[in-house]
Formats: sequence, C-alpha cells, structure tokens
Amino acid sequence: MADFVLLWVYLSSTPLFGLTATLVVYVLAQAFYARMGQAPWANPVLWSVILLALALGASGTAYPTYFSGAQFIHFLLGPAVVALAWPLWQRRAALRARWGRFVLAALLGGLAAAGSAVGLGWALGLPVEVTLSLAPKSVTAPVAMGVAEKIGGIPALAAVFAVVTGLVGAVSGKYLFDALRIGTDERGWMARGFALGTAAHGIGSARALQVHADAGAWAALALGLQVILASMLIPLAARLF
Amino acid sequence: MPALQGLALLLVLQSAGELLARGLSLPWPGPVIGLLLLLVALRWPAVQQRVGAVADFLLSHLSLLFVPVGVGVMTHLPLLGRHGLTLLLVIVLSTWIGLLVTASVMRALMKDD
Repeated sequence: MADFVLLWVYLSSTPLFGLTATLVVYVLAQAFYARMGQAPWANPVLWSVILLALALGASGTAYPTYFSGAQFIHFLLGPAVVALAWPLWQRRAALRARWGRFVLAALLGGLAAAGSAVGLGWALGLPVEVTLSLAPKSVTAPVAMGVAEKIGGIPALAAVFAVVTGLVGAVSGKYLFDALRIGTDERGWMARGFALGTAAHGIGSARALQVHADAGAWAALALGLQVILASMLIPLAARLF
Repeated sequence: MPALQGLALLLVLQSAGELLARGLSLPWPGPVIGLLLLLVALRWPAVQQRVGAVADFLLSHLSLLFVPVGVGVMTHLPLLGRHGLTLLLVIVLSTWIGLLVTASVMRALMKDD
C-alpha cells in the first residue's frame, strides 16, 4: 500500500499525469456525449472540467502540477487562433458578397455581449478588475486573456469566464433559438451558427459543427471575425472610458 | 508531411505576430496578428495545401483545448464563493443577449437574399 502511495505521488507530479488525465477524461466525455445523442447538457467540455476539477480536489493535486502536463494541450490554442484564417479563406466568396452585413452583425452582436456583461457587472457591484475581465469573454480564451491583460483585467479569470460563456452558449443556444423561432432551413442554420460563433466562441462553434455542417462553417467564420474585431475594438473602447 | 509543414507555418506566423505585437507595441494579441498574416499568405496554393489539413484537424478538436484553462476554475474558488452567483447571472444573461442580438440581426439582414 505504501508503495502504491509512493508510485501515485511520483506519477501525479510528472507532466505525463496532467496530459494523460485531460485526454482520457475528454475522450470518455466525448463518448458519453455521443451516447446521449449529443444532448446540449452532456457537453464534453463541461463534464471534462467538472470531473478533472473534482479529481484534482479529491486527490489533493495542485492546479499548477496538473497544468504542467495540460499546458501541452493549452498551448495549441495559439496556433488554433491563427488557423481560424482557414475557414475565413474558404468562405471568402460569401464574405466578399455580403461583407458589410457580416461585419455589422458581428459588431452589433459582439457589442451586445461585451456591453451587457460590463454593464451588468458594474450595476451588480462586481470589483472593477473582475468587471473588466468580463469584457472579452465572448472571444476565444487565449485572445480573451490577451485582451484582459491589456485593459487591466485578470487574464486567468478572463479565460475562465470565456470558457463558462462558451458552455452557456453551447448548452442553452438551441433552446434560445427555438424560442426565437429561428428556423432550421439554410438561412436559419446561418443565423444560429453565426450567433454561436459571435457570442460563444470556440465552444459554441464546436457545438454548431456537431449539429450541422453549415452552421459550423458559419460559426467558424463568425468566430474569426469576432476575434479580429473584439481584440481591436475592446482595448480601444477601454481607453475611452 | 504537409500537415507537419502546416503546423510549422502556423507557429512561425504566431511567432511573427507576437514579435510584431511586442516590437511595435500593437494593442492586439500575437495570434490574432498571426491570423491576419495567414489570411494574406493563403493567396499562395502551396500555403493552402499545407495549412488546410492541420487547420481542419485543430479546429475540429477546438473544444478539447479549452479544458485545461476551464479546470483553472478551481483556483478561483474564494472569488467564486464571494461573487459566484452574481458572476453566473452576468455571464448567462450577457451570453443570451449576445446570441439573441446576433441571431436577430443576421435574420433581419439576410431576409432579402
């Protein structure tokens, strides 16, 4: 038994542990999600985060120890943001034809998401640096961290807010769109996908892609647009206030 | 091999973005500048062919990449204990407002298409 404890102490302190745990838990959560017919509440990111946090808490493993392994997955967020140019490029014909309308929808949607977050945070009396960390939460986590750092927020907090935002969008989007009577025809999938990419970034886009290929493509386009617009406009807006 | 070259290219462009952001003290995150650089570079068929494979792979597993940072919630438990409900309310409401506005604007703008 003592040997087992020693072995565990050794294993849980190597980077191998964090990397393996993240991948194994995610693969299992993904299988569960598929088994549940991709029900929104069974979202694999949501359950991976809950299970891993519980496991770390129960085994007394510190987050930095876990992250020393998980950072290899986290690191790929950077190249993934660069890779967002690919769906933008693939849809360049549609973009060119309806350029103004896409930018307008992305601007208004992004403004509504960021503005309401900051406004509500301020109205409900959250600390200033927490409220500022809420501003970039609709952009994908690595960009949200960069923006938060520039406007006086807390990067780690901004990343967590971004993940929670993505999960809220992925889990509840379908019901919201159904209530709004947004259809499931070609135009409906466009509105649904574009909204998920704008307000719920990568996690919302992943959900859109799983539900419908067209919705996923529009979500990726909106995500790329939002990343460009929000990372340019939020720091400018913060400077004005 | 093209996928590996594509990944190398993504990293080179991200590094170039970081260098430009820091060197010229631009207000945008390095990866976003890398995205803009790639958008220009995709004019060349050699770049398209190499980036396409790796971009599709990375973006189709995008949600996995958020897990490590999501687990970081556990390091903010004191703050969440104090403001958890307010934060959840703010995040849920503002996300719904963002989804609602974007979807409605898109539907209105694409009506005459």
